[in-house]
Amino acid sequence: MGYKKRNRHVGIVGIGETKFSSHREDVNQPEMIHEAVRGALDDAGLTMDDIDCVVHGNMELFEMVHQPDMWHTLGTGAYGKSAFRVTTGGTTGGTLVCGADNLVASGMYDVVLAVGFEKLQEGHTTGGITNMADPLWARRLQSGALTAQAAVKLIAEFGEARARRAAMTYRIIMDMHACKNPNAHRAFHLDWDQMEDLMATSPPLIGDLRLIHMCSQSDGACAIIFASEKKAREISGKPVWVRDHITVHREETLNLHNNYYPIETTHSFAAKQLYGRNGIDNPLEYFDVFEMYDPSAWWGVDWLRDFFLLEGDEHIKMVENRDIMIDGKMPINPSGGVIATNPIGATAIIRVAEAAKQIRGDAGDHQIPGNVEHGLASSFGGTMWTVLTMLEKETNW
Amino acid sequence: MKQRVAVCAVAQIKNEPDIWYQRFQGMVLECFESIVEQTGVTFDMEKGIRNVVTCSDDVFDARTISDNAVTDVVGAHFRGEEKVCQDGTNALGYAMASILSGHDDLVLVMGHCKESQTESRRMCTNLAFDPFYCRPLGLDYLSAAGFQARAYMEKSNITDEHLARMVRRSREKAALNPYARKNETVTEADVLQSPLICDPIRRLHQYPVTDWAVGMLLCTEARAHEFTDNPVYLTGYGNCMDSYFLGERDLSTSTVLQKAARRAYTMAGVDDPKRFFDIIELNDGYAHQLPMWAENAGVVEAGEAAKWIDAGGMDDRRVNPSGGMLNGNPIMLGGLARSLEVVLQLRGEAGERQIEGARKGLAHGNTGPAGQHHAVLVFEK
Repeated sequence: MGYKKRNRHVGIVGIGETKFSSHREDVNQPEMIHEAVRGALDDAGLTMDDIDCVVHGNMELFEMVHQPDMWHTLGTGAYGKSAFRVTTGGTTGGTLVCGADNLVASGMYDVVLAVGFEKLQEGHTTGGITNMADPLWARRLQSGALTAQAAVKLIAEFGEARARRAAMTYRIIMDMHACKNPNAHRAFHLDWDQMEDLMATSPPLIGDLRLIHMCSQSDGACAIIFASEKKAREISGKPVWVRDHITVHREETLNLHNNYYPIETTHSFAAKQLYGRNGIDNPLEYFDVFEMYDPSAWWGVDWLRDFFLLEGDEHIKMVENRDIMIDGKMPINPSGGVIATNPIGATAIIRVAEAAKQIRGDAGDHQIPGNVEHGLASSFGGTMWTVLTMLEKETNW
Repeated sequence: MKQRVAVCAVAQIKNEPDIWYQRFQGMVLECFESIVEQTGVTFDMEKGIRNVVTCSDDVFDARTISDNAVTDVVGAHFRGEEKVCQDGTNALGYAMASILSGHDDLVLVMGHCKESQTESRRMCTNLAFDPFYCRPLGLDYLSAAGFQARAYMEKSNITDEHLARMVRRSREKAALNPYARKNETVTEADVLQSPLICDPIRRLHQYPVTDWAVGMLLCTEARAHEFTDNPVYLTGYGNCMDSYFLGERDLSTSTVLQKAARRAYTMAGVDDPKRFFDIIELNDGYAHQLPMWAENAGVVEAGEAAKWIDAGGMDDRRVNPSGGMLNGNPIMLGGLARSLEVVLQLRGEAGERQIEGARKGLAHGNTGPAGQHHAVLVFEK
């Protein structure tokens, strides 16, 4: 028995996103969620009556609302519906997709609405993230999500000059993408002539991680409607199929002190498993779009190697050659990614939503030119946890 | 053919008022090691557990991403883990879907909650209300249950005496359950004299603060024989969400429990819930909820609960032989405790409280203020 014995195919038939910003003060939490839900229903041409089940996710301690799906029923429309709440930190959005996919594929529900949200402005994000660490052993060492780990690693391997230029190149490309996406939170209109200046003057946060490299703190919600193959073909002219997903966690203390596993990132472990069981030999060739949960420009550059199973400086070259641009060989985050927009509980589901829009070909100004058939989306959270989701235009795999 | 998944093993620690001597990770680890020992299950990428479904809550653990604290002790290092942050019955429902989807054939479900760790559960559950209208009023799960108790008792003729009987019975049943919270036995007079904490709810009508952890191993029917020669099958699952504002709900009844039950019964092919089950475990966090849930789950005729209790219906129908939530399980895990009792009874491993020949059982869980969300599970031998 393997993963491939999928009970039935599951298609994405509706996508809704709010406008993302630092302060959605015009709406409260359920109102903001409702915007995304409304958007997804309109996109699918459905009403709440067509939805069997609602899956909700975010992190309680960001907004200090316990069991927020109770209050948010006002916005999700879950009243009278089956309802689940799944939450796994930063990966929550990816887990929402895994959950909705499993629930539909199981045959227990035909049409499932998954909604992720965060209103970080109403809480204390760095405090919330720091509170994740063990109170006894790690909390006093934790600095929220801020870390220069990837910078240290890249600089050690490729030298200061090349590594810093690669990170800033990645950053500018992401901003150029964000400028094409009307929902993106931060879009600065950065240009190449600012490169040297930004590397020198953007305020340092920790080590070589500068403010300009780091993801934003955003408000926003994203909803996706999933349906069984039969329903999906009835509802949508261009459903996007969920082919497979994988979740890989890592426990930090074990990882530091043991030899249970070779030194390997969860990203590359997940990628190898996922590609292996789906017969993908060359992911760089296979995928037409990758929406990566890239919390900083440093991580974005570093993780390209893990996700595409690259060697040596291939990932650096991808950035230097601007292959990752929207019209490049391997477009990464045409939406602008997480550095532009990061409402944490929604961030990972936005990756899947954006990859699905690219496959549908209706992403608007940030649509990748050319045919997009195979999509990959990643989620990141916890102590280097990863969720990978594969999307397809056809069901011919 | 009926869709079903197998429960191969269960493990629990004893419910206790304050497990001050152990972190919640240790509580979970005990259950985990027991499951591994019982079944020999591994975490092999081909044949073993690739995904764990956990149940816990950030506010009660005072940890952002509470599952982050237990990924190692549930075996999820370089494996998957997904947290269902609702009453644990939904973790079982989700695990069932994960298996029926074909994505996983073997899923470990692990739950923990240390209610003693939080200074005030009233403060925690106050945070479940919106910050504008309801939270400033001081609403919490207790006061929501108080409104519900008043509305239901008015309508149903359930009296303070009925509630006293149920509390006494719960303590008597739990005394036979070695994993139940150890409470003093009480007389009905003790209950009737117990102080009102949220009129008409008395202190002894409310489940006491409890710490607990639990684990269950689920798999496809085809693989069950690898892990046990005594599987129990989860054949039906349904849940349903009510509206948020208490004022929008008829608190004297629960149409969403009716819907959740109907969904579970349809899936399992239960035609008459009044006769189908050999054991019924209802998640009675407050004494008035036991008859209320019984009516709305369809095991008692609507409006007949008072008569049913008077006629000894709770014993006839084998309701809550575990002692129920009323005797003490932590919030989040009440429904998992109900499910665990049903599994033990169907496996014939319930010791002194064993119901002879039990083959079909109902377990129920609820989440949120005054049961805003309900889940119903059907287990069969």
